[in-house]
Amino acid sequence: MRVSEKEEKQFVISQENWSLHRKGYQDQQRHMDKVKEAIKDNLPDLISEESIIMSNGRDVIKIPIRSLDEYKIRYNYDKTKHVGQGDGDSQVGDVIAKGSGEGEDGQGKGKQAGDQAGKDYYEAEVTIEELETALFKEMELPNLQQKEQMDIVTDKVEFNDIRKKGLMGNIDKKRTIITAIKRNAMKGKAEITPIHNDDLRFKTWDEVVKPESKAVVLAMMDTSGSMGAFEKYCARSFFFWMARFLRTKYETVEIEFIAHHTEAKVVPEEAFFSKGESGGTICSSAYLKALELIREKYNPARYNIYPVHFSDGENMTSDNEKCMKLVNELMDISSMFGYGEVNAHSRYSTLMNTYKKIDNPKFRHYVLKENRDVYQALKSLFRKYETST
Amino acid sequence: MDTKLHHAIAEITEIASSFGLDYFPMRYEICPADIIYTFGAYGMPTRFTHWSFGKQFHKMKIQYDFGLSQIYELVINSNPCYAFLLDTNSLIQNKLIIAHVLAHCDFFKNNVRFSNTRRDMVESMTATAERIADYEMTYGKEEVESFLDAILAIQEHIDPSIIRPKLPDYNMDEEETEEVVRKTPYDDLWNMDQPADAKRISIPKRKKFPPSPEKDLLLFIQEYSRELEDWQRDILTMMREEMLYFWPQMETKIMNEGWASYWHQRILREMDLTTDETIEFAKLNANVVQPSPTSINPYYLGLKIFEDIENRYNNPTEEMKQLGVKPNSGREKIFEVREIESDISFIRNYLTKELVKQEDLYLFEKKKGNYEITDKDYENVRDQLVSMRTNGSFPYIVVEDGDYGKNGELYLKHGYEGTELDPHYLENVLPYIYQLWGRSVYMETVVDDKPTVYAYDGKKVSRKAI
Repeated sequence: MRVSEKEEKQFVISQENWSLHRKGYQDQQRHMDKVKEAIKDNLPDLISEESIIMSNGRDVIKIPIRSLDEYKIRYNYDKTKHVGQGDGDSQVGDVIAKGSGEGEDGQGKGKQAGDQAGKDYYEAEVTIEELETALFKEMELPNLQQKEQMDIVTDKVEFNDIRKKGLMGNIDKKRTIITAIKRNAMKGKAEITPIHNDDLRFKTWDEVVKPESKAVVLAMMDTSGSMGAFEKYCARSFFFWMARFLRTKYETVEIEFIAHHTEAKVVPEEAFFSKGESGGTICSSAYLKALELIREKYNPARYNIYPVHFSDGENMTSDNEKCMKLVNELMDISSMFGYGEVNAHSRYSTLMNTYKKIDNPKFRHYVLKENRDVYQALKSLFRKYETST
Repeated sequence: MDTKLHHAIAEITEIASSFGLDYFPMRYEICPADIIYTFGAYGMPTRFTHWSFGKQFHKMKIQYDFGLSQIYELVINSNPCYAFLLDTNSLIQNKLIIAHVLAHCDFFKNNVRFSNTRRDMVESMTATAERIADYEMTYGKEEVESFLDAILAIQEHIDPSIIRPKLPDYNMDEEETEEVVRKTPYDDLWNMDQPADAKRISIPKRKKFPPSPEKDLLLFIQEYSRELEDWQRDILTMMREEMLYFWPQMETKIMNEGWASYWHQRILREMDLTTDETIEFAKLNANVVQPSPTSINPYYLGLKIFEDIENRYNNPTEEMKQLGVKPNSGREKIFEVREIESDISFIRNYLTKELVKQEDLYLFEKKKGNYEITDKDYENVRDQLVSMRTNGSFPYIVVEDGDYGKNGELYLKHGYEGTELDPHYLENVLPYIYQLWGRSVYMETVVDDKPTVYAYDGKKVSRKAI
């Protein structure tokens, strides 16, 4: 609206309609897309990020996105003298701001903050959900089987149909108007009014019945002396994502932790990841325990069973044959059998060598050499069957 | 409201003129918040598209949405001069902003640093935005974006001197004779690995290239990089043009804001404000000119220096009188200062010992993890302030050798004056320069008192002491 241009030419005031000016939002969107891209590109690093695994599924985590800083040639803030202003009685030696060692920005530093190592990249807030979406897009559930249905069913109401009769509250305005316009148009004028009773359309629902599906993860891990912190961490982040992945596919997912060295026992989660024992390794003990659990608690007729075993591959050679036999037995009643070997230095592994001979699509294995391989392991274990099998 | 606003503007304009402020015709646009912050993020109503602007916009918008940002003045150095007012501003907020931007406009029009800036930059940047959008259509968004990423990383490294010869033609004669000598029917074979349309510049042998260190890195790359396509050279030219336009604002920040704050106070004093307005104005003004313990508030420092100059020239000492300063010449003096100085000379010439003491300025630096006051000597404070404002607060980089190792590699040198570069940032900028230059890039600087060269060869960054 032009207000004035009359008395003085020195100024003009105007107020336009800016509602179509979207540039800021468009470039903001581009920035967000870049953040997402960066997340996707860094997925292998991100999913083994400790802050996530230790977060117990907190919703929002801060993760570093290294590629989104706007780099310039600039001065080193912490090696520079700066000018500040006191309120009249400042003294040499006064501390005016805390150092930023603890990750907090010194106040007032604005853009220049964060030169210290480990803090100088763009930190994006990402929800675990976003990470999951990116990650789970690349994972598939192998060999899904319909289990016994009688157990529990859940009812859901879905609005998925349109009818001519229905409750006034559920009227579908858009369709009603379209019908009215169409009918009026046939009479010569495409108008909304009049609307006849015949034009009314209502949304209606169907009751959807879904069988409840259940899955159980039998997490087995070698806790013998040779499994160090790194090996355990790999296993831990693997199980973390695996459980979350299965939860998106099944109504309920249970996890049993079986720790073993020369003998196996069912342990609580913390003990599973923190406990270290010495001594040798007999992997078959874990498999026996798993079979026992299945017999007692997890009827294969009702559960999709996912036994996954993590080890460093140092098994007693004499035990390998027995392992073979038990793995085959487990595969008969499970959806798949996963074997992850954490082997950073490519040692010769007797167990892996034995397992190489297994020719069964249910058998999935991966050798992890570093943290970021957790991502590859997940992708490799949770892929679709090749159709040729 | 609109007639009130109109009356207020008319009144402010009249007062400003009577004080002698000299500005372009004004265009006030009333806009919603997201538009103001878009313009703020881009620095201009229409500018090319880049995600970094989006990031900035998002940041500003969030602060606004959470009520964290103060009133925002946005004024464009152009003729006519555009100023933007938030549609939710109260009348008194608008009064303050209008008085403030009038003084900015006066500064744009009269300060010598701005004498070469193009006053039609609004239109020019719109045209640039369209051209770049066209290139996106032709060469792909990603391709253009990655090129913009690279330029934005070094865009401040231009030569903004007001009077400056164009980049000298380096021995063009000699070059030609060399080419003639080399002409054989098979000569074109040597150029098979280069795009046919890229400008080829053969480099004279044994001559220093460039003859003297070249400050304008952007121009140097634009003229001599063998890597660039025509469209890339075109974008580079336009971006350099935009930087030349913004540069005077970067080197007069303290003066410009000080000048505008000085005048919004003087002008509003002349107006008939209601009691409520007076109180709100006092609050707003106090916010704008609030000093900070960990940085310099340009609004405040600039204001104080201008007031101090006026005061000293109104009541000159005997010594000043002998030098020809007449009593009550303060107002005249500050008009002269706003015309001929930039931040560096402004501080060097007018930040006095008494003022440093009165304003309690000090130097601080990081000591054992905390930021501690280390010096209150006025000369040190003043000199540090000058040195941090030198070259628009950016490190001074020159092209030392454009044919380093006789291999067309680029050797840059940081004019070290006691302040080190941020190594992490440097390591990330070198690949961008490599992307533009197409061959290995070196940067000589000083780390821990030792001359050090960073290098990037297309694969990795290395660093060694020399």
